[in-house]
Amino acid sequence: MPPIDVDATVIANRRLSRDYNVLTLSAAEVGARTRAGQFVMVRPAGMTETLLRRPFSIFEVVRDGHGTPTAITILNKRAGRTTNRLYEAEPGEHIACLGPLGRPFTPVAAPTEAVMVAGGVGLAPFATLAEALAGAGTPSTLFYGARSGQELFHLDFFERLGVTLVLATEDGSRGERGRVTQPLDRALAARTRGSTMIYACGPEPMLAAVAEVAGRHGQPCEVSVERTMGCGLGGCYSCVIKVKHGAEPAHFVRSCISGPVFDGAEIVWD
Amino acid sequence: MAKDLSVRIGSLELPNPLIAASGCFGYGLEYDEIVDLSALGGVCVKGLFMTEREGHPPPRIVETPAGMINAIGLQGIGVHRFVKEKLPLLRERGARVFVNVCGTTVDEYVEVSKVLSQAEGVSALELNISCPNIKEGGIQFGCSLVGTGAVVSAVRKATHLPVIPKLTPNVTDVPSFARAAEDAGADAVSLVNTFLAMAIDVETRRPTITNVLGGLSGPAIRPIAVRMVWECAQEVKIPIIGMGGITNARDTLEFMLAGATAVQIGTANFADPFVWSKVLAGLEDYLERHRIDRLSDLIGAFDPTPPKAVHA
Ligand SMILES: Cc1cc2nc3c(=O)[nH]c(=O)nc-3n(C[C@H](O)[C@H](O)[C@H](O)COP(=O)(O)O)c2cc1C
Repeated sequence: MPPIDVDATVIANRRLSRDYNVLTLSAAEVGARTRAGQFVMVRPAGMTETLLRRPFSIFEVVRDGHGTPTAITILNKRAGRTTNRLYEAEPGEHIACLGPLGRPFTPVAAPTEAVMVAGGVGLAPFATLAEALAGAGTPSTLFYGARSGQELFHLDFFERLGVTLVLATEDGSRGERGRVTQPLDRALAARTRGSTMIYACGPEPMLAAVAEVAGRHGQPCEVSVERTMGCGLGGCYSCVIKVKHGAEPAHFVRSCISGPVFDGAEIVWD
Repeated sequence: MAKDLSVRIGSLELPNPLIAASGCFGYGLEYDEIVDLSALGGVCVKGLFMTEREGHPPPRIVETPAGMINAIGLQGIGVHRFVKEKLPLLRERGARVFVNVCGTTVDEYVEVSKVLSQAEGVSALELNISCPNIKEGGIQFGCSLVGTGAVVSAVRKATHLPVIPKLTPNVTDVPSFARAAEDAGADAVSLVNTFLAMAIDVETRRPTITNVLGGLSGPAIRPIAVRMVWECAQEVKIPIIGMGGITNARDTLEFMLAGATAVQIGTANFADPFVWSKVLAGLEDYLERHRIDRLSDLIGAFDPTPPKAVHA
């Protein structure tokens, strides 16, 4: 289904920490079309300091008692002008919301197991993916790394879906101290049979490390990348990333329409 | 009564003056699902060389006040793949296709133009002699009156299609380039391409984009672009396609009053891909309010009478 542009209203703004918040946006029509891993291009109405929209993973599709989508949420981390504004947003404010956009994850089904690897705000695409996996009855684990325990969010959400959690923090305040790719590597090494599909989203060095670990253990891996994006629709050629597909020479592709989800083995990391 | 929004560029009749600007609308087909391509005056596709090009390493854009700087570096699929893979689909959609022709030599402009002239479904050739982001060719021609004349006359001899050189604003006297283009046989001129610009990340003291320099577009450049269109309109008789920071009907009318026959919209399409129907509605509304039947009556209708001093 084609993307649509919704003049969404902020229904709620839940601040999770000094940097993170979850905005609920009345973009039910976007939610109805969303597949896990897709994104929206948003722009607060009346925001004059910036011109371009910013890409956000669709964090959750909010549904009523009948399962009908009523809204979407986005997980926001303060980093620049738009994200600061979104952190401060008040209910009732309008936010233009274009989507869903981009190539989604490919959810696997049992007996293949699913492993999600999230770093920081890279948690964003995994709430919808975990739901899709749970719906298909696929056993899944979330490896989730952050700066500290205070920045590990929505753990109860994943637990309720039956997702096994493996946590890591840089300061060691919760879970294992250090990078989340360490327990991932050990878990894949400990496997004796069956196949595992790995999904990753987070900072690019983490994605490169996950792709390396997955490759070493011979398991497939999909990564969701975030590059500086202009339009989200393939118009501007800003958000390119280098991929190498089969025998073709490595070349730049637009992460907005060829991604944001790519086969981790095909990306040529910087 | 329905308003007549059509405009003519030489032999080419467009249903309305809105053309998607090169490099800001992919190859057009990216927007197929959400924009009726046949409802636009035209679609100007991303710049094409004879062969595929990689472009610059990212990051390629940075936002600046009321605008953006880009150095894409003309990534593209080359003219042969375009003709084979994109053009038939654009034809099917009823798009009026303007192709932004690039070259590192005069010969390359001619070769690309010949391939496009033999293909079915191209409405006009826009010669990109003004891209600030590549080292060889392009802007070298656009910054020299002799070079501009050489590219235009060589392509003119090689094609039956309308030839529309796209001029750079990065020269002291744009009208003299419009004149050189007209003298060499151009059917129209497009202006402006982006303004050479730079932005530094003061925290890291490093460039914000890999190429260091890039081209500034968006509302920030609009008043300068309007001035350049107005100056060129007084210098040449051929039609002018104006652009630079257009976001709505008011901006479109400003360019047309200054002398543009048609306009292109680039950066504004990134922020709002539905801008096209909104601008068209705004133009209809203006004509209604001013009781004008034909939009083309407004081309160059700028009235230089000094404005009244406004009282508080
Ligand atoms: C990302 C980007 C890519 C562009 N690529 C091209 C191009 O391939 N060829 C060209 O002639 N102009 C190119 N331009 C220039 C635009 O066509 C236009 O001249 C300029 O952006 C001014 O219009 P605007 O302010 O409406 O964007 C590009 C501009 C942008 C922002």
